[in-house]
Amino acid sequence: MSTQDDKAKEVSADGVAGPIILFFILGLAASLVFGWIIFPKLLYSQKKQPIDFNHVLHVEAVEEGCESCHFFREDGSFSGIPKLAQCVDCHEDAQGEDPNEVKFVEEYVANGREVPWLVYARQPDCVFFSHAAHVKKAEMDCGTCHGHIGESEHSRVYEENRITGYSRDIWGKNISGLKKHTWERMKMDDCAECHTTKEIKTDVETLPWPINWLPRPYEKQTGNKARVKTVKEACFVCHK
Amino acid sequence: MKIGRRSFLSFVIGGAAGTAITPLPWKLMDDSSIWSQNWPWTPVPPDGEYSQSNSVCTLCPGGCGITVRKVDDRVVKIEGMKGHPVNDGGLCLMGLSGLQLLYGPTRVKTPLKRVGKRGEGKWEKISWDEAISEVAKKLADIRSNGGSHTVGSIVDSENGTVPNLFKRFLTTYGSPNFMTMPSIQDSYAMTLQVMQGVSAQVGFDAENADFILSFGSGIIDGWGSPVRMFKANSAWKANGKKVVQIEPRLSNTAAKSDKWIPINPGTEAALALGLANVIITNSLDSKKISQSSGFDSFKKLVQNEYGTEKVSKITGINSATIVSLAKNFARASKPLAICGKGQGSIPGSLNEFMAVHALNALVGNINKEGGVWAVTDTKYINWPKPEMDSIAENGIQKERIDGAGSEYPHTKSLLNRLAEVINSGDGSLEALFVSGANPLYSMPDSKAIKNAFDNIPFIVSFSSYMDETASNADLILPNHVYLERYEDVPTPAGLSKPIVGLTRPVVKPQFNTKHVGDVVMLIAKALGGGIADAFPWESYEACLKETLGVKWDILVEKGFEFNGDKCILEGDFNFYPDAMKSLSDFSSVSIEGSAISYPLILIPYDTIRLANGYIGDPPFAIKAVEDTVLKGKNSCVEINPKTGKELGLTEGRYASLLTPRGKAKVRVHLYEGIMPGIVALPRGLGHTAYDKYLAGKGCNFNELIGSTEDPVSGLDEAWGIRARLTKV
Repeated sequence: MSTQDDKAKEVSADGVAGPIILFFILGLAASLVFGWIIFPKLLYSQKKQPIDFNHVLHVEAVEEGCESCHFFREDGSFSGIPKLAQCVDCHEDAQGEDPNEVKFVEEYVANGREVPWLVYARQPDCVFFSHAAHVKKAEMDCGTCHGHIGESEHSRVYEENRITGYSRDIWGKNISGLKKHTWERMKMDDCAECHTTKEIKTDVETLPWPINWLPRPYEKQTGNKARVKTVKEACFVCHK
Repeated sequence: MKIGRRSFLSFVIGGAAGTAITPLPWKLMDDSSIWSQNWPWTPVPPDGEYSQSNSVCTLCPGGCGITVRKVDDRVVKIEGMKGHPVNDGGLCLMGLSGLQLLYGPTRVKTPLKRVGKRGEGKWEKISWDEAISEVAKKLADIRSNGGSHTVGSIVDSENGTVPNLFKRFLTTYGSPNFMTMPSIQDSYAMTLQVMQGVSAQVGFDAENADFILSFGSGIIDGWGSPVRMFKANSAWKANGKKVVQIEPRLSNTAAKSDKWIPINPGTEAALALGLANVIITNSLDSKKISQSSGFDSFKKLVQNEYGTEKVSKITGINSATIVSLAKNFARASKPLAICGKGQGSIPGSLNEFMAVHALNALVGNINKEGGVWAVTDTKYINWPKPEMDSIAENGIQKERIDGAGSEYPHTKSLLNRLAEVINSGDGSLEALFVSGANPLYSMPDSKAIKNAFDNIPFIVSFSSYMDETASNADLILPNHVYLERYEDVPTPAGLSKPIVGLTRPVVKPQFNTKHVGDVVMLIAKALGGGIADAFPWESYEACLKETLGVKWDILVEKGFEFNGDKCILEGDFNFYPDAMKSLSDFSSVSIEGSAISYPLILIPYDTIRLANGYIGDPPFAIKAVEDTVLKGKNSCVEINPKTGKELGLTEGRYASLLTPRGKAKVRVHLYEGIMPGIVALPRGLGHTAYDKYLAGKGCNFNELIGSTEDPVSGLDEAWGIRARLTKV
């Protein structure tokens, strides 16, 4: 009764199923190549630091390690990347013949102009981050977040996200967002790794009877370490 | 193989499936949300080292202490200084907006010389050396031609080192024409002079008063030292003290008071005397004060001429209200009566000030806690008397151009008379210096002032901003703004404790500007001779340091210093000075215009959101002005709905406002809070200069009103003018 129709279907199925699958795979492959390989290249622009900076050389020359240049101010705030004034302490004149140092002295020191360093770890303005709380109080190592930057002999390329304007270091080199080391990504989830799981042991004194208005009943904190595990309504600790 | 529609769709589906397992959609989602937080118009504070410095705000005579927060060398916020005796941590809208006056577009960045016609806006940038030698040459010419007395200066006040440098300069140059911007301080000073025989500034112990009777003073609209008054007002509210506001319009102050009593404008003196009558008749007056001289004549005056019924008829306030108000006022333990309308920029009628001062004296609160004080600064400016040459000696003997000290013997400066004197040809000025003032905008009858200025061949402005006066000058020698300079700040308006504050640079000068004090000295040095010798200091800073002496270190550390204690000046109180005799036959303070051609009365009003002195509203502040005050590009006039109905004007309608002095296009705002027959217009709008945020918005009240001379002081007493409002 309907043989003709069935035949027609069969014919069409025979002739089309192959290309359909083929094109599906083609589409899949093309998007994978685009999404994983081309897209990251398009998303980030490559920028060079104004001066190629050698951390190794400087760490050897200074006495107090990282804190010689990246120090805490008197009010407890963190100085971050040094200002020209600090560099000038040693580099009023070129000390060697390195073309980078010569360029630095001629272009910036001589003109009193700040070096427009590109900051790999700059966070969005909605993020409040206290170096003092992490470095001084929690005694964390600089490298936990910043990696082995102190061992670099050259400034690496700064990859700037064309949409957000922030460094690729925030999302991480790996476009999938996965990381092997703590310093490879600086998104909120990475902060949360410590802040949702880690219970820093604080020295506590057990109180003789329950006092229910204390944060941890029966215990009173005596040490100077604070709990890092964030609780409800903790958003505003970092997002001012 | 046939490639058709299905193949294409399959490719797309494959692509979509593939995309979903790449980071692309997730990364884009994340990035676009971050992008949306980083739009260029979102203000972001700069990153750097934080620091704070204390200074004093000089945007108005309030003298508030400020704490300036900086990130590296950039000022990011101005806050009220905690513990400062004036404002203790509080700050007003203008003070908060000060950053825009430092970094905003309205600054004059380098000395400018006019090249086009006056007011055309064509300038040539010149160096400081050229600017100073040009002024010096001009002044030397005028002096050698015997015209030293035809040089004048207009400054913001007579106190402090900068005004005194101008005064010293003019004196040694040979001119008596040192003029200051008028305010209620002048009327109060004269009141203290004629009633107490003291030369002092008035101070109110407002914080300790418990019944405040305000004759139209804008307590929370910028009167006196504004932030101090806000704080006092809040304290009164918190502690259940009473505030009674008397004025024809329901201002913000009236709305926040315990009682608002509308009054026929211009009859405030009659009310004060009417209240005095009730107090004396009911023997509620302070017994000690009745020993004072002139008390009997005063008693006779109020009892004969200011009976409750009569006063009720004059003021439009019913008799019962007058009687109960007088009784409540007199029975309060620390009553205080204040006057000076709005922000106090018009000196007002001396009769009114005397009547209100007499009311204070009657309840015995002169020089008492919670009362009125005569405050004299411990004089810290003790410069040696300058050597004068013969030209200077002759010059300062000449009569002042404004008639102060001659026609009006007790008044020091009468800027309100300057325009008329010049325009009528009775006097002339060859050169004029303007510093810290914007008379072309803020003096009544702008048109006449403009004409007068057109007749002055050489005008030098020291303004930091391109204001109306600066843009009509021949030469602008821009001063540093207050956040870039040192300056002493004498006791703020109305404060009962004499203090001196120090404004100091919190940032380096942003542009090629110079301190006005330094410029005056440089001009003097360029002129040479005795004029140069009168300024032995190396710089203004050196002069200030030497002047303040031991106070300098304290001021640098703390920002302020009490300058002597409250000055108890027990001058004998005279209830009935000669100046008061005109009150024996009361007539309300007259205003210009005939009632037939101009059936309505126009009065100005002030709000804390509008600055009407030297400083124009910065962009933040002008944004805060409600659309019942400024709608689009037009000022709104307030009229009572009854008046609106009579004139056929509805809410939001355009109307033409006409007075004997000028005309403006306005919009109508119907407001129950204003007496029928009265039109109220905000002050502080209608600038033609400054920047695009302020210029061209609304109309300037001063273009619509003239100045009326008070018969005793010669100061401007015009509280309003007759007006006509017609549909457009």
